[in-house]
Amino acid sequence: MPDALSRTASATADLHRVVDAVWRMESAKLIAALTRVTGDVGLAEELAQDALVAALERWPETGVPAKPGAWLMATAKHRAIDTFRRAERLERKTALLGRELTEAEEPDWAAALDEVVEDDLLRLVLISCHPVLSREARVALTLRLLGGLTTDEIARAFLVAESTVAQRIVRAKRTLTAARVPFEVPAGADLTARLGSVLEVVYLIFNEGYSATSGEDWVRPALCQEALRLGRILAELAPGESEVHGLVALMEIQASRLRARVGPSGEPVLLADQDRGRWDRVLIGRGLAALERAGETGGALGPYALQAAIAACHARAGTVEDTDWVRIAALYEALAELTPSPVVELNRAVAVSRAYGAAAGLELVDVLVDVPALRGYHLLPTVRGDLLEQLGRRDEARAEFELAASLTRNVRQRALLLHRAEACGRELSG
Amino acid sequence: MRFMVIVKANEDSEQGIMPTEQQLAEMGAFNEELVKAGVMLAGEGLHPSSKGARVRFDEDGGTTVIDGPFAETKELVAGFWILEVSSREEAIEWIRKAPFRGEEIEVRQVFSADDFGDALTPELREQENRQRATAAAQHGS
Repeated sequence: MPDALSRTASATADLHRVVDAVWRMESAKLIAALTRVTGDVGLAEELAQDALVAALERWPETGVPAKPGAWLMATAKHRAIDTFRRAERLERKTALLGRELTEAEEPDWAAALDEVVEDDLLRLVLISCHPVLSREARVALTLRLLGGLTTDEIARAFLVAESTVAQRIVRAKRTLTAARVPFEVPAGADLTARLGSVLEVVYLIFNEGYSATSGEDWVRPALCQEALRLGRILAELAPGESEVHGLVALMEIQASRLRARVGPSGEPVLLADQDRGRWDRVLIGRGLAALERAGETGGALGPYALQAAIAACHARAGTVEDTDWVRIAALYEALAELTPSPVVELNRAVAVSRAYGAAAGLELVDVLVDVPALRGYHLLPTVRGDLLEQLGRRDEARAEFELAASLTRNVRQRALLLHRAEACGRELSG
Repeated sequence: MRFMVIVKANEDSEQGIMPTEQQLAEMGAFNEELVKAGVMLAGEGLHPSSKGARVRFDEDGGTTVIDGPFAETKELVAGFWILEVSSREEAIEWIRKAPFRGEEIEVRQVFSADDFGDALTPELREQENRQRATAAAQHGS
């Protein structure tokens, strides 16, 4: 008897995992199609959830159907029709939507919905990242509707309370309904602009995962995978958009270094010190291919593609010395023109110093010393100290390293900087 | 997590008989679905084993090259996908959608650094590397 019981328990657990997998594969398409038909993303998600609950009730008896996605769609369809009929009876008047649904019963919904599903998905991404929503709401809604993540998973990934995420999602759906945001794909430049908001959300999700160090809850690093998957889907939904491929390329190449960027005791390992043998060649290959696609769509490269091109220079180089620093310096210059920022300038200065020598780099860094945005940013004096040291100006270098040490909150970094300051001092007195 | 999905050879694939137009179209549609879902990292088909070879190592590390074809058709690999998914169940559900008839497809998880978990800590890995280096030095290589 205990055997039979535990077998049942483990069979139920197995089935739950299968249902989770099916949900992950099918939920976005399901919600997208239902949103198109009902005109309400909140209702669409409810109907899809109802179908999921029905699957959990029925599949233990019937087994997993041959086409689980079609089963969920058919079930959601019946729920939708029931809902509208009930509303009809209550209101004693014919809702336009309800009539359309009843008429649409034949021919088969599931088949009809399969045909237009791609455009539906793109529409769903666009409303999930709509500019009327706050950035947090866009992230939560995208992970929920497109990634099929639960509220709990999203909360754990972003280190906030589950109720906070639940509230964000509820409010976001309400905002979309109140603003009467249409479920559509705008044309031309409008699409590019709206996709800009989508790409921002995807990269935000990626960086949230990328900045998480090892040993934490698995869902945080898993955000990188989630963002990559969303990016790869987007690249197929909007193949003519250069920046979509640019972002995919950037994420693939950055993700290729995930294994190499943490040292034996969990400390971050800088790009220059990473064991390049541990970079993921599959992802590098995919990143380079995506970058090529970004270039093929015509026009100048955008900010994501430029950053990807810089990352690609590192990915192609067997060693730090082999890196094409001249090209990287030029790419940073192009990036600084598109998105002027002191941080980009600082990066450019480093690339220029590698390509053309410390003096050329220092010239660029000196311009940044009085920029208010960089005040308190420890990397500025770190870079400046490094260049001064290379030029043999050790007393000035020591002062910069000491300043940098006072600005960083990272204990390990501070120790390293003080060590370098001390070394400059020793050589001065010696 | 990554899975390798392995397609085994059959008499047709071993004889180099190409799939029919319909089979190609079905497989193309399935591949497209995988790409559109963002889960397919790679996928390739292999030439018959008659074009391949085996390199056999004896106990002393000496090698013998054996040219194909090889007899045990059903044990041979004819093609593979690499899928990136969030669970074993997801990999299986994807393959249940594949357009195969009368075949058996194998789903295997690809090792990643995380799989070693606590068993291979960074310190241990470091130690392993040192041991290898020491062993190499002792053998005078």
